[in-house]
Amino acid sequence: MKKILLGNDAIIQGALASGVSFVSGYPGCPSAEIGDNFGKIAKENGVYAEWSTNEKTALEAAIGASFSGLKSLVNMKSFGINVCSDSLLPLAYTGTKGAMVIVVADDPSCWSSAQTEQNSRVYAGFGHIPMLEPSDPQECYDFTKLAYKISEEFNTPVILHTTTRVNHQKAPVIFSEVKRDSQPKVGNFVKNPHQFSTMPPRTLEMKKELLDKIKKIKQIAEVSETNQITGGKSKIGIITSGISYLHVKEALEFLGSTCLPEGRDLPVLKLGFFYPLPEKKIKNFIKNLEKVLIVEELDGYLEKEITVLAKGANCKLEIFGKSVLSEIGELNTEKITVALAKVTGKKFVAFKTKKIDLPKRTARLCEGCPYWYVFPVLRRVAPDAIFGGDIGCNMIANLPPHSLSDYMFAMGAGIGISHGVSKAVNPAFVEASAGRQKVISIMGDGTFFHSGIAGLINAVYNKSNPLVVILDNRITAMTGHQPNPGMGKTLMGEDTQELSIEEITKACGVKNIKVLDPINVQELESTVKEFLEKGEISVIICKRICALLAKRQAK
Amino acid sequence: MEKTFNLILTGVGGQGIITLLQVIDETAFVEGYDVRSSELHGLSQRGGSVEAHIRFGRKVYSPMVQNGQADLIIALELLEGLRESAKAGGKTRLLVNEYLLPFIGSPAKEEIVKDLNKVKSELYLVPASQECKDKLQNDVVCTLYLLGYAVGKGLIPFKKESVLRAIKNVIPEKYLDLNINAFKLGHD
Repeated sequence: MKKILLGNDAIIQGALASGVSFVSGYPGCPSAEIGDNFGKIAKENGVYAEWSTNEKTALEAAIGASFSGLKSLVNMKSFGINVCSDSLLPLAYTGTKGAMVIVVADDPSCWSSAQTEQNSRVYAGFGHIPMLEPSDPQECYDFTKLAYKISEEFNTPVILHTTTRVNHQKAPVIFSEVKRDSQPKVGNFVKNPHQFSTMPPRTLEMKKELLDKIKKIKQIAEVSETNQITGGKSKIGIITSGISYLHVKEALEFLGSTCLPEGRDLPVLKLGFFYPLPEKKIKNFIKNLEKVLIVEELDGYLEKEITVLAKGANCKLEIFGKSVLSEIGELNTEKITVALAKVTGKKFVAFKTKKIDLPKRTARLCEGCPYWYVFPVLRRVAPDAIFGGDIGCNMIANLPPHSLSDYMFAMGAGIGISHGVSKAVNPAFVEASAGRQKVISIMGDGTFFHSGIAGLINAVYNKSNPLVVILDNRITAMTGHQPNPGMGKTLMGEDTQELSIEEITKACGVKNIKVLDPINVQELESTVKEFLEKGEISVIICKRICALLAKRQAK
Repeated sequence: MEKTFNLILTGVGGQGIITLLQVIDETAFVEGYDVRSSELHGLSQRGGSVEAHIRFGRKVYSPMVQNGQADLIIALELLEGLRESAKAGGKTRLLVNEYLLPFIGSPAKEEIVKDLNKVKSELYLVPASQECKDKLQNDVVCTLYLLGYAVGKGLIPFKKESVLRAIKNVIPEKYLDLNINAFKLGHD
């Protein structure tokens, strides 16, 4: 059938068609719809789907399923791969049993990402994990299927590397809707510690097996149709992949109709495989070229590889890449058009946007958001305190009118850093609260369960005294309202034990704990004042439901 | 249609841009065009400026409209309409909902309207939110009203029947009548 699909939904269809039966992940933008929408259709398709507590537990869950023979899909945003990398690298060594595809969605231009403009491609070569890069929803579908095929044949996890403009692109997709049995597939764990345990000296044997495997996959890449050449016989060529390919084709059409009539003659090598690269194919492509433009977003990984390949294949080749295309921000047709004009020596004047000086409309807390009660109190009661921010809706605390956070890093990092600040400004040999700088660290309930607990334990164990304010809005809100362990519901809508943040905090050894509804501003205010005087760590749990969720539940 | 039609939607997160985009994508599909669109989720949806792109025609590659190349910009909000007008080129037409979502430091409505009128583009200023509120008791569907207006005035090359079919294909049963009524209200 042919239907308009979002890139993320096309990945779901590709996974269903490939026989996936175990889905795990952690919600983030731009990948969240993969888990969200799997949650809606999992049962009827005999699939198990979960939001795990973080990307590491998500990957590990899938590893367990894979070792039990099930086909799995793991989904996460860019930073997720950092979180799970500790288990990802050994997985490449052990290999998979049931096929596994890991979707990692980067966000060039940081449309919905705070911490860095990460390029997750680095993990492919670093971990020796095959990586495919689709350009559009059709390829999201096709490449997901191919990824399962490769995983199945070579017992390796395969990464499907996407970007915001691919995940959140809609286009018609031709796909076969599979009728699946609602009876879930039962795995069978066959003991094989020789393969599933990394332990020297076996680890080094495994490395050898892995490198041999990648050599074989390289041969698949050499003949794969996903690495395709289009265009004519011009001496100036383009090598590109992912979303950039679509912009390149558009730029060539645009130039072809304006200042570069031969534009459509430029040969384009589109790489579906980022790792392993089809080196022979690339060498053949550049052999007779005079110039080549490498079009890739962010860092010039392909450019580096191709520069090395050119030494053997065509040492006179002029290579353009990051010299004409920025390493910062996503690419688009216009930027590529300008680069192409430079490389082909044509005059092209880009459209100048008019200068309109308007105040920026930044993201803000929703109407009725419980955080509206918290941020002003913190500012008022402790104007001189040092504020540790965290990820989630509460990062709006960084923006006006709050402008609260003094530092913000990654999920759960707020408390970790606040502990260090607290130790640094309140050394143990100084009386704890005597005129020293106070430290307040905020985090949401989702972050608490993701990685906040570890930081909390460190602060208790190593005796620092920040005030931690946990903003428990009863859901993982920012990424589109996903359930978390504090809610008593799973992704598939089943009831589960509701984990109490208060009890966990207590069990971590925190002595000063207060649970309150932040709408009681006076209670919040007096508690903040009281806890700021404490010589040891204290925690206020501000418990009030997300306003959007409350509205939805009332309907 | 000879050339690819380039459309930009703009507004404030939470105004319903993605639903509007879905209906337009589906209409283009129903009419047999190749279509690609690009939208943003997450942080950008939390009350900030949001922009979505749709391109349809015989063969479309990039899902994003180049600066200056839009045939039509539909703005769900005045200030965002003015902001987006920076990207308007010679052929761009602007369809703007006469509706302001003010924030601390935002200019007054009269000022924005004055500046919009200075933009060298064909401007259609339409009280879509007000009309929907008055006649349908719901201003969220101003999106469909604006689409109806665009189709009625020939600002977008769609047949009315195709849009109605697309609405039925993508809008949940519960809200179907409301959306159809908003579309018709804007169209006629």
